[in-house]
Amino acid sequence: MTETLADLIACEDVLMFVNAAITSTGQREFRHHEGEQRLSLNFLHAYMLHNYRDLYAASLALDINDHNAAIIVRNLLEHAAAAGADQRRSEGRIIARRLALLPPQRVYGLFRDLRRAGVNNRRTRAIMRDWLAARPDPAFDAVKYRGAVKAAVRHAHLDLDDETGAFLFAPHTSRAFQTPIFEAWRRAHYEHGALYDLPYTVAEGFAAKHGIPRAVFLERIEPRLTRRERLGLQENARRRGIEAVAADLTTMPLTRLATYVLALPLDERVKRRAELTAALRTSARRVASGLAGTWGKVAAVLDDSFSTTGSAQKKRRPLAVALAGHFLLEALAGEYVPLWTSGRSDPLLLYPYGPTPLGERILDGLDTGPDRLVIVSDGWDNAPPGLAAEVLRVWRTRLDPGRRVAVTHLNPVYDADDFDVRRIAPTVPTAGIRDAEDLPALVELARFAEGRVGLGELRAHLDERVARFVEPS
Amino acid sequence: MSWLEPVRWMERSGLRTGPAQAWGSVRLVPLVRDEPVPHLRLDRRVYADEPSVVDVGDGTHYISYIPHAFVARWDDGEAPAAAYGTQMRDKAKLEKAKLEKDDRGIVPSMPIRVRRRMARRVTKDRLRFLPLHVAVEGYLALHFGGPEIAWSEWSRRALANGLSPRSEEAYTGAQVRGLADALRIFEIHPGQCGVLVYVADALASAFVVPHPDDYRALHPTLVEDLFGELVYQYGFLTLHVPDLGGRVDDTAVRSLVELRAEATRLQRDWADFHDGVMAGNLFQENESHATVQHLHGFELTRSLPPFNLRGENHIRESIIDGNGRIAYLKSFRLSEAQVRRGYLLTRLAAHDWSLEATAEALGATKGDLALRLERAGFGYLLRQDVLDHYRAQARRAVSGGGR
Repeated sequence: MTETLADLIACEDVLMFVNAAITSTGQREFRHHEGEQRLSLNFLHAYMLHNYRDLYAASLALDINDHNAAIIVRNLLEHAAAAGADQRRSEGRIIARRLALLPPQRVYGLFRDLRRAGVNNRRTRAIMRDWLAARPDPAFDAVKYRGAVKAAVRHAHLDLDDETGAFLFAPHTSRAFQTPIFEAWRRAHYEHGALYDLPYTVAEGFAAKHGIPRAVFLERIEPRLTRRERLGLQENARRRGIEAVAADLTTMPLTRLATYVLALPLDERVKRRAELTAALRTSARRVASGLAGTWGKVAAVLDDSFSTTGSAQKKRRPLAVALAGHFLLEALAGEYVPLWTSGRSDPLLLYPYGPTPLGERILDGLDTGPDRLVIVSDGWDNAPPGLAAEVLRVWRTRLDPGRRVAVTHLNPVYDADDFDVRRIAPTVPTAGIRDAEDLPALVELARFAEGRVGLGELRAHLDERVARFVEPS
Repeated sequence: MSWLEPVRWMERSGLRTGPAQAWGSVRLVPLVRDEPVPHLRLDRRVYADEPSVVDVGDGTHYISYIPHAFVARWDDGEAPAAAYGTQMRDKAKLEKAKLEKDDRGIVPSMPIRVRRRMARRVTKDRLRFLPLHVAVEGYLALHFGGPEIAWSEWSRRALANGLSPRSEEAYTGAQVRGLADALRIFEIHPGQCGVLVYVADALASAFVVPHPDDYRALHPTLVEDLFGELVYQYGFLTLHVPDLGGRVDDTAVRSLVELRAEATRLQRDWADFHDGVMAGNLFQENESHATVQHLHGFELTRSLPPFNLRGENHIRESIIDGNGRIAYLKSFRLSEAQVRRGYLLTRLAAHDWSLEATAEALGATKGDLALRLERAGFGYLLRQDVLDHYRAQARRAVSGGGR
C-alpha cells in the first residue's frame, strides 16, 4: 500500500472542503444561523489555503457556488506572497477563467472587498484590468454598476476614455454625452421617456423619483428586463393586471424553475399544472441531454420533510433541489421510482411537511430492485433516528456485499458543526449539491468520498477538470 | 372516579410513542393519536404584554404576568362529527363572539386586565384557563392554611396567615438553553397530539392536546411554558444526547423482508423503553388529585406527586373524558428544593403540624427539623426565639465537636 496516512487525510480534507464550498453560502440554514455558517466556512477556507494551496485553487474548476468562488479568489490574491512564480501563473489562469464565469455583480463585489482589505498588488491590478477589458459593454456596466465600476477603476489605477471618465467622476459637468446610454441616464433625471432605455435596477430609482405609477413603469420597462428579473417580477406584475411581463419558463434553469413552482400557491399550481410540468420536464431534458435514459432502473428517496423549509434567506431551497432532482432523474433513468419521505406522490403539490423517515423509504426503494439508489436529503434521519444508517450498513454487509446497487447520497445543506454535509452512513458516499443540474457530475465525484479512491486519483481528476476548465474545447 | 393508573396511561388515552428528535441536550418525543378525542378543542388566547390581575373573590387579587391562556371548547355530543378533522369556523363571527362574551369585564383602554378566576367558564361551551397555572396553584396552595393546632413553636404569623405569602420561582422555556431551537426545528408528525420534553434526558414536561390541529397551533407555545430550576440547569449541560435508535441484529437478516421486520422491532423496542423507563415516573402511585372544573363530560383536574425525595416529581393538570382518556395534559417537573418543601409540608400536615411527632417520624430531633424548615425557606413559620434556640444548639454542637 503506497498511500500514506497523510494522503488519506488530504483526500478527506479536500472532499470536505469541496462539499462545503458547493453547499454553503454563508446564509442561514434551517438548523444553523448565518454566524455559525460563516465562522465554520471561514475556518475551512483558511485551513485549505495554508495547507493545500494548489488543491484550493484547483477547486475553482469544480461546481462550487459563486459565494465560495469569490472567497477563494480573494484569499489567493490576498496571500499572493506565499505562492511561487509557477504557481501564481497557473492560479492566475484559473482565476481569470472563473471570474469570466461569475455574474458581474459578484465580481464587482469581490473587487470592492479587495479594495476594503487593501489588496493592491500588481497581479490583482492586472486581473482587474483584464476582466474589465473583457466586459462586452463597458458603458452599460458603468451605468448599471456605477459605484462599483468607479471603485474598481480607482483601485486598479485604470485609464478611461474621456466620456466614461466624465460620466463616472463628474457627471453633471457634461452638457451632453455621445454614448447613448450615458445620454439616456443624463436625460432620465428630468425626462420620463428616457428612463425606459436604462437597465431595470437603475430605471426603478428614477421611476420612484418621478413618481411614475408602478403598473405603468412595469409595462414600459418590460423589454429591458433580464431573464431572472422577469421571473421574479412576473407574479408581481400579474397582480397588477399586467400580462406583458411573462417569463418563458422553458428556458429557465431547472433548480430556479423548481423554486419558482414551490413559491406558487397550491391552487395556482393546480390551475397551471400542464404548463409547469411541461416546463420542468423540458428543462430537465435539456440538462440530461446526452445522458437521457442511460441510467437504467433508478429509485430516488427525496426529502420533503419540514426541514426542507430552509430559512428566510434560502426559502425552500432543499425542497427545490429535491424537486428539480426528481425531474432530472426522471429524464436520466430508464425506469424511475420516486419516493418522497412524506409518502406523497404528486411532485407538483409539495410543501415541507412532517418528519424524515429515511430508513423506511430506503427500504421501500431497495424493494423495487433498482440499479441505482439516489438519496436527496439533508441527512437528518429522525423517524426513527439512525435507521437509515443501520439499513444501509446491513444492506452493504449482508445483503449486497458485491455492490450491485450503487447508492449515492446528495445533500443540499452544509452542517456548520461538522464542517461538512451530514452523512447518512459511512458506507454510502455523500456529496454536497447546490443546483440539481450538477447531479450527474456529483454522482461521479461522490465515488471519491467512499474512501476507495486515493489522493493520487483525486489529484489526477482535479488536474483533468482544471485543464478542461481553463481551456474549454 | 377512576383515576388513571400510572402504567398504561398512554395506551388508555390512545397515544403512541413516536421516534424521538434530539437537538443538543434536548430530546423531544412525539405522542401520536390515531384519532382525536371528540368533542373538545383547545385554542390559544394571546394576551398583550401587560400584567394581569385575577380577582379571587374575597377582596384578594392574584397578580401575574401571563403571556397566553388556553381556551377549551366542547360541543354537546349531539353533533358527533364536529371535532373530527378541520373545523370550518367563521373567523369574523368568532372575533365578535370573543369581544362580546368572553372577556366581559375587561375595559380595553385600561392598561391592567382583570381576569376573574384562573379557570373560568367564559361562555356556556368554553373554559378559559392559564396553562400550568392550575397545576402550580395546586402546589402553591398545598397546606396553605398553615398549622391547624396552635403548637407553641409556631409563630403568630404562621397561625394567623398560614403560609401566605407563598412564592415559587420558575424559568420560561426561552431561558432553557437550546429548547427554543429544538422546538423550532422539530418536525411535527402527522397525527401528533402531544410531546414529552427531555433536557439532558431528564423528563422536563409533558404536553398533550385533544386534536392534531390544536397541537400544530400550540407547539410554539411550549417555549413560553414554565420550567423548574433543575431543567434550567440541565440546559447548560452542553452534551449531545445520543440517538437511541438501537442496532439491527446482522445475523438475523437474510433478506429485505427480515430487515424490515428488524426495523419494526427497533421501533417497538424504543417505544417500550421510552414508556417504561424514560417516562415511567410521570404518573406515580399515591398521587393526590382534585377536580377543578366539570366541563360537559370532561373534567379539568390537577395532580400532586407523593413528593419522593431525590426522585422525579411532576405536578400535572389534565382534562380527562368520561372513559378516562387524557384529552389535555401539561406537567411541570419540580426542582429538588421544591420537592423538599412539598415533602416537609405533607409530613407536617400528616402529623397535625406537631414538630415533635413529625421529627420522630422522620427519625430526627426537633432541632434538626426546625433547621430543615428554615433551610427550605419556611423559617418564618417558627417563632423567632425557638429558631434561635435551635440555631445556637447546632452551633454549640459543631464547635463542641471541633474542640
